[in-house]
Amino acid sequence: MSDIVAFNSVAEEAAPKAQVDRVVAGPRGRKPRRALSSRNIVIYGTLIVVALYYLLPLYVMVMTSLKGMPEIRLGNIFAPPLEITFEPWVKAWASACTGLNCDGLSRGFWNSVRITVPSTIVSIAIASVNGYALANWRFKGAELFFTILIVGAFIPYQVMIYPIVIVLREMGIYGTLTGLIIVHTIFGMPILTLLFRNYFAGLPEELFKAARVDGAGFWTIYFKIMLPMSLPIFVVAMILQVTGIWNDFLFGVVFTRPEYYPMTVQLNNIVNSVQGVKEYNVNMAATILTGAVPLFVYFVSGRLFVRGIAAGAVKG
Amino acid sequence: MQNVSVSVKDLSLSFGAVTVLDTLNLDIKDGEFLVLLGSSGCGKSTLLNCIAGLLDVSDGQIFIKNKNVTWEEPKDRGIGMVFQSYALYPQMSVEKNLSFGLQVAKVPKEEIDKRVSRAAEILQIQPLLKRKPSELSGGQRQRVAIGRALVRDVDVFLFDEPLSNLDAKLRSELRVEIKRLHQSLKNTMIYVTHDQIEALTLADRIAVMKSGVIQQLADPMTIYNAPENLFVAGFIGSPSMNFFRGDLQLRDQRAYVHVNGVDFDVSAYPSRAPFVHGQKVVLGLRPEHVRVDEVASGAAASHRAVVDIEEPMGADNLLWLKLAGQSMSVRIAGQRRYAPGTAVTLSFDMGVASIFDATSENRI
Repeated sequence: MSDIVAFNSVAEEAAPKAQVDRVVAGPRGRKPRRALSSRNIVIYGTLIVVALYYLLPLYVMVMTSLKGMPEIRLGNIFAPPLEITFEPWVKAWASACTGLNCDGLSRGFWNSVRITVPSTIVSIAIASVNGYALANWRFKGAELFFTILIVGAFIPYQVMIYPIVIVLREMGIYGTLTGLIIVHTIFGMPILTLLFRNYFAGLPEELFKAARVDGAGFWTIYFKIMLPMSLPIFVVAMILQVTGIWNDFLFGVVFTRPEYYPMTVQLNNIVNSVQGVKEYNVNMAATILTGAVPLFVYFVSGRLFVRGIAAGAVKG
Repeated sequence: MQNVSVSVKDLSLSFGAVTVLDTLNLDIKDGEFLVLLGSSGCGKSTLLNCIAGLLDVSDGQIFIKNKNVTWEEPKDRGIGMVFQSYALYPQMSVEKNLSFGLQVAKVPKEEIDKRVSRAAEILQIQPLLKRKPSELSGGQRQRVAIGRALVRDVDVFLFDEPLSNLDAKLRSELRVEIKRLHQSLKNTMIYVTHDQIEALTLADRIAVMKSGVIQQLADPMTIYNAPENLFVAGFIGSPSMNFFRGDLQLRDQRAYVHVNGVDFDVSAYPSRAPFVHGQKVVLGLRPEHVRVDEVASGAAASHRAVVDIEEPMGADNLLWLKLAGQSMSVRIAGQRRYAPGTAVTLSFDMGVASIFDATSENRI
């Protein structure tokens, strides 16, 4: 600042001191602006329309799920419920029929938890070490290995389903939760490895070198140096995996038996069951229940997610 | 070879088709402060990383304390390293940063405490021990980074441009501190820099590097006063040496370098071999080896020139003049002022000049 002051006072020697001070300090107070400029109207107008467009289905779902069947038959889907009832929610959770058994979504929920939690933990644990090794310990053939892994991400799932069924059958874990967890872990590997590799490659290389000079080995550097610096990217990976695996339908229906069906498959069975009347209120409640977990994860860790995505994407 | 601390033999390193280091040989004496000096991309940092064991060499061997460490892990080489970006572990306190290496090596707790507090005392960072690196200034961070090498009681300190990220004032302060540290510890230190002032002030010997080859390895004064080739002569010194391309002429028992119709009398130059008449040469004159309106000792001739630009620098005054059709710089005492356009008489200290062969670019 003092340089600028000196410069200015030389340049405008004749100018009064107060004026020079004001130039240096800059204008004070708030920059005046109009709230209702045409630019603002267009921007906010568009944003509000788009927001409504996306929120409307959710609104209809919530309203419908709180109505009784007679009220739904009136056909006015945008109207709020005249008489609020939580009956459909209870039914969706505990007693709706999903094919063979009639214990609602609760079984599917716990199946999904038992699938998602281990798959997420195992895939992140392996992928983070993969990414760390690829970024920092450039072993012979690292590039080739990485290329193969990434190419793997571009092969359509459909091509691999039947071979995987055979492999799981030969291993004796077809139709079990273990089998599905292994499949999820493997399919998460390319994108997660890429994510972690880029993140670790973006960390200063000299840190890694310093740790090596300090005598730390592969695992010591990973646990003591890299992990504590990588919380954002772990959150990103966690969100990707939790939402991805929770929302999975295809693998769940192909690789498991009905008693292990994840929540998404059970939701489908409830909504698409052909017997009896269509219980729209129960269907809506079941859908919201199924979507609640990813929604919750986004809300809780949204800020970290954005930060981590930026950190992982820009560098490396 | 007695008391050799670090010895590099026929070291080569190439990445694919690019040769970074080419059969490089270097012996560093015990307790010596060696500076690797060169512009970016000359291989100086690569050489340091090879000595540290952070890069695998393509060919050749590295010895530290007479032990072949070419394929040893960095931690087994008895080295400590200080990086340009400090490379402090951001999540650990200063104390943890200092003790990390010792904890990995499973040094007993009391010993760790003793060494950490000793290092903190030497570097005067005791009040900072509980802080995180993000709460330190650049100078403090680099001190901690030096401390990290210090606690490990290593034979050889490696510095990779440690002062380049600091501002000018801190840089000169820390430079003095590193020199003091070397004087009290008497460890071998290898120091990479592109800053010639750092090199000249710190080094016992300087290795000037270019394209993976050491151009000259000598003490700072020899490097400065008797550069081995044109590259070294041009690289060291600011403003750089004035070069005049011309040919040698021997007349009347005297030797001249003839440049654009101007004859520089170089009879006083201590040449290594007798001059050859007609040889194409480059005459190098440092700005401070030119006298203005004075007669240099042993100078036989003087030249007329006109001051073009004057750059007063306080202690010194730098004049730019035109001579033999080209611009040259002259350094004189700060209180002697010359307005542009003034005609002056120049004479040269040929005893400390440098003459290089124009084709081989080596000193003659």
